[in-house]
Amino acid sequence: MARIADLAKVCKSKNAGPFELTIDVVFEDRATFDRVAATGVLGPALFSRLYGVSENEVLFTPYPAGNAFKATIPRRIPSGDVGDTDIYGAQQHAPLLDVDIPV
Amino acid sequence: MAEFRMVSTSGLLVYGFPEASLKACLARDPHMIGVDGGSTDPGPYYLGSGKPLNSRMAMKRDIRLMLMGAVSHRIPLVIGSCGGAGGAPHLALTVDIVREIAREEGLHFKLAVIEAEQPKQRVIEQFRAGLIRPLRNAPDLDEAALDRANRIVGMMGPEPFMEALDAGADVVLAGRSSDPAPWAGAAIRAGLPPAPAWYAGKMLECGATPSIPKGHDCLIATVRPDSVEVEPLNPIRRCTPLSVANHSLHENASPCLHVEPGGQLDTTDCVFDAVSDRAVRISGMRWTPQPYTVKLEGTAFVGYRAITICGTRDPMLIGRFESFTAQVRQAVAEKVQAFDISPDRYQVVFRVYGQSGVMGEGEFVRDAQPHELGILVEAIADTQEIANAVLAIARVSLLHTDFPGRLCREGNMAFPFSPSDIEIAPLYRFSVFHTVSPQSATALFPIAYEVL
Repeated sequence: MARIADLAKVCKSKNAGPFELTIDVVFEDRATFDRVAATGVLGPALFSRLYGVSENEVLFTPYPAGNAFKATIPRRIPSGDVGDTDIYGAQQHAPLLDVDIPV
Repeated sequence: MAEFRMVSTSGLLVYGFPEASLKACLARDPHMIGVDGGSTDPGPYYLGSGKPLNSRMAMKRDIRLMLMGAVSHRIPLVIGSCGGAGGAPHLALTVDIVREIAREEGLHFKLAVIEAEQPKQRVIEQFRAGLIRPLRNAPDLDEAALDRANRIVGMMGPEPFMEALDAGADVVLAGRSSDPAPWAGAAIRAGLPPAPAWYAGKMLECGATPSIPKGHDCLIATVRPDSVEVEPLNPIRRCTPLSVANHSLHENASPCLHVEPGGQLDTTDCVFDAVSDRAVRISGMRWTPQPYTVKLEGTAFVGYRAITICGTRDPMLIGRFESFTAQVRQAVAEKVQAFDISPDRYQVVFRVYGQSGVMGEGEFVRDAQPHELGILVEAIADTQEIANAVLAIARVSLLHTDFPGRLCREGNMAFPFSPSDIEIAPLYRFSVFHTVSPQSATALFPIAYEVL
């Protein structure tokens, strides 16, 4: 087992427009990407659970060209609207860091 | 044309870039220089208020270097999403800066100014005609919501840029634009296919971001009929196949499918080849034409605001902070009621740093035992006077509300500032995030020309 924080080269979040948040997990090389992909842990179900959105709201894309996985979800509060805490959406990656990947 | 070379000076006008990098780019004889001037990323305030995100000073520094370089090399300078949000006041500010630099430096050129702000009445007519569709996760829209919008911009594609360049413009300043459009337009106009033209724009819109180490710097792209080559000319940076591939992740819902005005760029089958230790050639991108749509972005005024910042170091209070804030809310509701102000005229928002200040209700750590908490209190109301009054009551209630086991009887909070209460600019929200089917790609974007 390894935590994403230990396994990934990049784990980041950002707005994809004011109404969506996009989260990227990037691995060092294709071999690591393939091993992580084979576990099936990174997928719509994980993002649904971690971010409290339904699975069909998760746009999930494995991106082998970049050794990366991308998930895009609706923002809980649109950027800058009443009660928003993160205008750029740049600090919403933390729920992923402790996820264990059985590699 | 077999080859078309384009420069981007940085990821955003005002980020700044090393002058030496621009000189190195110009030494490669590029056919145009561009930069992206904005985004919705800093939130709705800038579109709503008409203010720029960044300083006039920073804009002027970057534009001066670009303008001098472009005019002396007789190549076009093209800036999209001027002033940040790309509305009429943002564009006017940028035009003002360009005129000022032209005067100061004795530069002469033909300027094209492309407006992107949309007359509200026309948008309402488009809505009635069924031409407007929501983008994913966009707010519900009806005529009343459109009428409440205080500013709406359309996001232009490459065609208005091409029209301006066809008319002989040396400098093109545009309101809200699709980020890659200034470059895509220049390359398509030069006869290159849309797939590599759009791909090059996608890379250039962020300056040297596709390179490593990341930094605010210049990038040059060479577009050929079947490929794009990108290279940062600052010797400290380089593009690698992976750094370029990973740039497709940036601020996009999908790394492979990019919806743009008039079509979709598909990068699923892109191949990334290192041409040298610092330049990468990308091939295999595809462009699929689709019915032409223009994205509309609009904002509505929500309320006037005041905030205060304070912190607590009291473990008894921290241990029961949630019920404490419920007590404070109750106290605020009662006292504001006494002013004859109804609850629907104001809102109070607490952000509690050390607990859930960053992730709000999405915070998954529930059992943290921080030794201090920072509290940002925000009052939003339909007049500034009410916002200030509500905030003052919230501040007093935080400071003095009693709670079981309280030892800190002189006050619950440390306030770092006098004055403690700060009026901040009004709150706007994005209320329009839709597309419209225009009569033509240029119909919504009038161009004015002047010779300087």
